[in-house]
Amino acid sequence: MNRIDQLFSKKQNNILNIYCTAGYPAINDTVGVMQSLEAAGADMVELGMPFSDPLADGPVIQASSTKAIANGMSIKKLFEQLKDVRQRVNLPIILMGYINPVLQFGVENFLEHCAATGVDGIILPDLPMDEYEDEYKPLFEKHGLHLIFLITPETSDERIRKIDGLSRGFVYAVSSSSTTGKDKEFAGQKQYFERIKKLQLKNPVLIGFGIKDKATFEAASAYSNGAIIGSAFVKALETSNDVPQTVNQFVKAIIN
Amino acid sequence: MNIAVNTKGSKYHVNEKGYYGKFGGAYIPEMLYPNVEELRTKYMEIMSDPAFQKEFEDLLRDYVGRPSPLYLAKRLSEKYGAQIYLKREDLNHTGAHKINNTIGQILLAQRLGKKRIIAETGAGQHGVATATVCALMGLECIVYMGSVDIQRQAPNVARMKMLGATVVAATSGSQTLKDATNEAIRDWINNPVDTHYIIGSVVGPHPYPDMVARFQSVISEEIRAQLKEKTGSELPDYVVACVGGGSNAAGTFFHFTEDEGVKLVAVEAAGQGVHSGYSAATSQLGKIGVIHASKTLLMQTEDGQIVEPHSISAGLDYPGVGPMHAHLYDTGRGLFLNATDEESLQAAYELCSLEGIIPALESAHALAKLKELDLKPTDVVVVCLSGRGDKDLETYIKNLKK
Repeated sequence: MNRIDQLFSKKQNNILNIYCTAGYPAINDTVGVMQSLEAAGADMVELGMPFSDPLADGPVIQASSTKAIANGMSIKKLFEQLKDVRQRVNLPIILMGYINPVLQFGVENFLEHCAATGVDGIILPDLPMDEYEDEYKPLFEKHGLHLIFLITPETSDERIRKIDGLSRGFVYAVSSSSTTGKDKEFAGQKQYFERIKKLQLKNPVLIGFGIKDKATFEAASAYSNGAIIGSAFVKALETSNDVPQTVNQFVKAIIN
Repeated sequence: MNIAVNTKGSKYHVNEKGYYGKFGGAYIPEMLYPNVEELRTKYMEIMSDPAFQKEFEDLLRDYVGRPSPLYLAKRLSEKYGAQIYLKREDLNHTGAHKINNTIGQILLAQRLGKKRIIAETGAGQHGVATATVCALMGLECIVYMGSVDIQRQAPNVARMKMLGATVVAATSGSQTLKDATNEAIRDWINNPVDTHYIIGSVVGPHPYPDMVARFQSVISEEIRAQLKEKTGSELPDYVVACVGGGSNAAGTFFHFTEDEGVKLVAVEAAGQGVHSGYSAATSQLGKIGVIHASKTLLMQTEDGQIVEPHSISAGLDYPGVGPMHAHLYDTGRGLFLNATDEESLQAAYELCSLEGIIPALESAHALAKLKELDLKPTDVVVVCLSGRGDKDLETYIKNLKK
């Protein structure tokens, strides 16, 4: 069973998914950061594959991507680092990235590597649903990999249903119409969250974008199965002198 | 007015799924879906409306100064041994072809009820054309421009500000056109309801490449009518245009794609030489991939990271190319040449001395390849003179002294 499904079968509330950029802050931090996240009590990890032009991301994640690329990170390098990851990390691992580097690596090759290293899910925000359905869905299924789609406050009920039908693992609800790391007023999104809840989707829902601390995590979790924190975590790593300790403090401050 | 011409069944125009052959599409994050979908479902309907077309046509005539002349350049013709006509887009209001598209898109934005306009700009020509139409219509205008470009294109920054636009520096990445485009897309993600994004070239997600090409297609529509009057035939032997993203070329080629006897010549910027590491000749250096939500040829590393192009002309300094052009290249319908910085400078000086016209550096790239066309005296060649060279004076003066 896919580790994402395993997780949701055991735990339905307050799922904490943390995003970090692969190869950041230092090239060889990738696996260590995931180990620290697991030790501190995070439920899931979303590993960013850095891209030069990340359209859906704000300045914090873009800066970490630029740094990671300069550090020498690439999809090829990432799979080298993940070779034995399943001996050290049990968390569900989701790879998040943009379509172009994946196309260059080769979609099938990419999925084979994901399956071989023990990746569970993939987020490709700029892969259109139709293209996935027409070209890639059987390949993802063949390798037991979940593709997770995004919804936003502007997504119609009808489209949310369609996205829910195609998503596996969970649906990623973007909290506001924004790029990552924007501090938009959270309270105003109540209606949107209630709308999603009423739709009673077949997939669990995790809320992301703008979740940065205990208060926003709990607010989001009240309407969903949990939340995803990205920019705030990357920012904490940016100034860290002791990565394992920073990770531990960051996670504990949210779940304790 | 032929902007809404039916291109169904053409091998070279966009299909119902938004592709030109294997290029195109809309690789957008979900956050942009409502905006792009609204445009996709409405653009042809709006552009087909006779009232819209009349308003577009009136503004092009009375405000932009169209039709732009088709000028038989006699001394240039003598030198290259053919009948060379220049399509004088440089004589348009604001000095380039860019305004054809911004007029069209501002009218479209009004019909969509948008209150706020955003745009990206490299050299500032599209930014100025956008600021101009926003002033004309009384709409708020925000232009994203790489901070490196803001430094090197100060006069255009001043023009945009004088026209009432807010110029926002793109400080991410290499701080040039590609990054300004990223920032404009991010702004659109953050302002999904009231904002229209006026993309300046035939790039971006479907329907932008087709929509911009249609607004620019007035160029080839006029060429056909003007040639008919001057030569008795609507069809030249060659049409030549420079290509960065490719909007003036798309407009110049648009109504000639189905006439296979007309050679479509696209000239890219070779920079310091195609293989010098400082080039923007995307068809030669690019591989298929996705840039700014479009599947097309783009310059990238083996790992799929987008690389920085180089060209002396800021308007051609783009690591991708519009999907229509990628397809024209792929099918062999278009002849893709490239001109170096140096060749283009020489072509600009030559046009000054032979014809008394100072071309934009971008347009000079197209002129630079006349010498490679193997022309016969009876050949009719139309070169799109996409813009005037006022903005490039500093570069021209600096290089004259060398």
